[in-house]
Amino acid sequence: MTRPLDLSRRALLRASLTIGGGLALQAILPGVAQAAASEGAPITAFVTIAPDGVVTILSKNPEIGQGIRTMLPMLIAEELDVSWKDVRIEQAPLNEAVYGRQHSGGSNSTPENYMRLRRVGAAGRQMLIEAAAQEWSVAPEECETEAGVVHHRKSGRSLTYGALAAKAAARKVPDLASVKLKDPKTFKIIGQRIPGVENARIVTGQPLFGIDVSMPGLLHAVFEKCPVFGGKVKSANIDAIKALPGIHDAFIIQASEANPSKDPEGLVDGVAIVAKSWWTANKAREKLEIVWDEGVGATQSSEGFSALAAKLLGEAPATVLRNDGDADAAMKTATKVLEASYSYPFLSHIVLEPQNCTAHFKDGKIALWAPAQNPGPGRKLVAKTLGLQESDITVHVTRGGGGFGRRLQSDFMAEAAWISRKVEAPVKLLWSRRDDMQHDFYRPAGFHKFKAGLDEKGGLVAFTDHFVTFGKGGKPANSASTMPVTEFPAMLAPNLRYGQSVIESNVPTGPMRAPRSNALGFAFQSFIDELAHAAAKDPVAFRLSLLGEPRSVPSDPAKPEPQKDFNTGRMRNVLARVAELSGWKNRDKLPKGTGMGVAFYFSHLGYFAEVVQATVSTSGAIKLDHVWVVGDIGAQIINPAGAEHQAQGAALDGLGTALGQKVTLEKGRVVEANFDSVLPLRIDQAPPVVVEFITSDFPTTGLGEPALPPVAPALCNAIFAATGKRIRQLPIDTNLLKA
Amino acid sequence: MPYTIDVNGAKRTVDVDPDMPLLWVLRDELDLKGSKFGCGAGLCGACTVHIDGQPTRSCQVAISTIGSASIATIEGMAAHQIGAKVQAAWMALDVPQCGYCQAGQIMSATALLSKTPRPTDQDIDAAMSGNVCRCCSYTRIRAGVKQIAEGK
Ligand code: FES
Ligand code: FES
Repeated sequence: MTRPLDLSRRALLRASLTIGGGLALQAILPGVAQAAASEGAPITAFVTIAPDGVVTILSKNPEIGQGIRTMLPMLIAEELDVSWKDVRIEQAPLNEAVYGRQHSGGSNSTPENYMRLRRVGAAGRQMLIEAAAQEWSVAPEECETEAGVVHHRKSGRSLTYGALAAKAAARKVPDLASVKLKDPKTFKIIGQRIPGVENARIVTGQPLFGIDVSMPGLLHAVFEKCPVFGGKVKSANIDAIKALPGIHDAFIIQASEANPSKDPEGLVDGVAIVAKSWWTANKAREKLEIVWDEGVGATQSSEGFSALAAKLLGEAPATVLRNDGDADAAMKTATKVLEASYSYPFLSHIVLEPQNCTAHFKDGKIALWAPAQNPGPGRKLVAKTLGLQESDITVHVTRGGGGFGRRLQSDFMAEAAWISRKVEAPVKLLWSRRDDMQHDFYRPAGFHKFKAGLDEKGGLVAFTDHFVTFGKGGKPANSASTMPVTEFPAMLAPNLRYGQSVIESNVPTGPMRAPRSNALGFAFQSFIDELAHAAAKDPVAFRLSLLGEPRSVPSDPAKPEPQKDFNTGRMRNVLARVAELSGWKNRDKLPKGTGMGVAFYFSHLGYFAEVVQATVSTSGAIKLDHVWVVGDIGAQIINPAGAEHQAQGAALDGLGTALGQKVTLEKGRVVEANFDSVLPLRIDQAPPVVVEFITSDFPTTGLGEPALPPVAPALCNAIFAATGKRIRQLPIDTNLLKA
Repeated sequence: MPYTIDVNGAKRTVDVDPDMPLLWVLRDELDLKGSKFGCGAGLCGACTVHIDGQPTRSCQVAISTIGSASIATIEGMAAHQIGAKVQAAWMALDVPQCGYCQAGQIMSATALLSKTPRPTDQDIDAAMSGNVCRCCSYTRIRAGVKQIAEGK
């Protein structure tokens, strides 16, 4: 008999015996609407305990370097109470009806899974205890567990989980909502520095990544797209390309056919070349001649956008996002009024592993292997593109060589799928670095015009911002190009107005590590530094006074959500601590040309304050001396090693971006094509980064992103401290810093 | 054209165009997927191998120019005296994040330590700055090289 299970928000658990006589637990986790699991369906094991005591745990979310493959299984192993050395980890197949959302983005994996996965582990432990208690005819309460063994101390009896697994499999599964969780004080795995579970395979060069997929008969493809976004193929010398040695096939893909609904993530016009090796396919591009209809996009340029932004900033904003009190009237009462314009460029994600996907279309079904960050929507896109049912599409998620938000879009999956169906063979599509940089979903550029008034004591009496962003039909293109109405100092300044204007553009944009915050943090925290200096206040003290008393500031006063709303006390704590840790109060003793800057930011539920120390030479060269990062992401740091790496990496990422990265549009095409024009941070530039976490009584939240936003403004503020020169545009132009 | 090259101590024969870069010979012809493609232009170091002990960007070396030189890749490092130490240090310090750059980092670090057993910070900068780590694992890469230099 099959009947649908309860599909409410609760997670569900099922148990069964494995073929080898072990215990298999299937957790059906909420998160995706149409969960279709039914009681009669065979169990898809999430956690198994084999008779030899080996525990296998599936890692359900994509690993892109954020440490999720190590961290999520730690949660289960802890509550199951097994030794980490007995744990094996395997990647879960894409099945969101069973595993809940399987994306990696928004620093969501921790808040979504922290309690749920602990409960799964705890339920398993409870079943094993019950099995032992029954065996010994004792009360389960008299039993305890330790490292994969159930003990009954009174009678001195013990049984291993392996020995109990088969019996436990016959037990009734407990209700996940009411299982007893460990007291965090007794944690043995959570809170330990656990190294990445795939390190051994990484350091020996094992094939783990999407680009490493291989199979018999595999062909290799490149896909040349119009350098102008939205351009169309008029014609191409397909026959000449096909005649080249080693070329298997070449053909035009027309978006009007492959993507009639104009899905922004879906297929665009271009020419695919398929060959026996990728090198051969890519080399054939040198001979490729395509006549494009470049369309309206060909008139877009960064220069034109800047000119338009300057014009818009001189006018009233098209939309008022927030209007508290009367900013204009209050501005008139100010003893000092400051105005400043800030801007930042489009950015490419530059993941080190270029976009790629292997697809094998056969008999109306398709299998894909992809370093996807968002495989569920990726499968939907492939279904739509090929006109298939999702049930005919299998997605194997590989390790991803970086993500940073780029792989949340699955355009490369649709391309590979289309090409494989066309050539009726397994095909690996790989983008060149140029493809990757010139066909991204860019971090949108932005422009701000700030105005603020200070009273005679240096208090903030009025604050306005006019934000110019990119989109269509007067609306920001997507969440990455919007500004939240809660942006600091909103809700803390009585007279405050945020306005917005939108530049029409067809440049594809999308989320990038700490979307919007990565840009807004720079602009707002730099301007706030200007205010501090104008008020003749210590930039830390000025910020503390803006934050005011420790309290939760609800974004909607009618609906306070203390666990999500901005908490000034948590920010005060990280700010005060980073000042202490960095020796902020002794910064006057730094040599000439060296300065310290501070900034803080609240994003993805994480509170971060950072100090950068930098030295600027007379030639304008910037040396990063030191970075201090203090964060509060709640009550528990699950894996202190992984957490430290994420925070260090985010800080260095933000510094590299501020120093050397932009994407320039000319005649509708991206100019930059490789790492000689978009400059990733290198080891000779990387300073030591000290990371410290403050634990607070709040739920544990994610860490992939929130350490990034404060670092660029902290650097720019340090440059001001060192030189008296204010950086108002990214990337930093060192010419402006020449003495 | 057929070419016979020496990879990790074994003779391997491939039949490819003379201008095919070593990187693609390794990856697509010999199925040695450890060396990675990042830029194809000598700018990221993900494809670093040793050619006669010299750290070399394999995306920039045509197969026809290799001749009898001996090539070592990440797959051969477990058997390399210094390479094995670098791998062990990388594990101990939990260096990798996404891991994509790490084969190249390990090849560069191994070449550095083979030539300069006690590198200074400047030596490390010079030898390793051609290797991009997009995840910015640099603090641990530096620590890993130093740990080996100090014989820990
Ligand atoms: S792929 Fe060879 S240096 Fe980047
Ligand atoms: S570990 Fe991700 S690029 Fe280095």
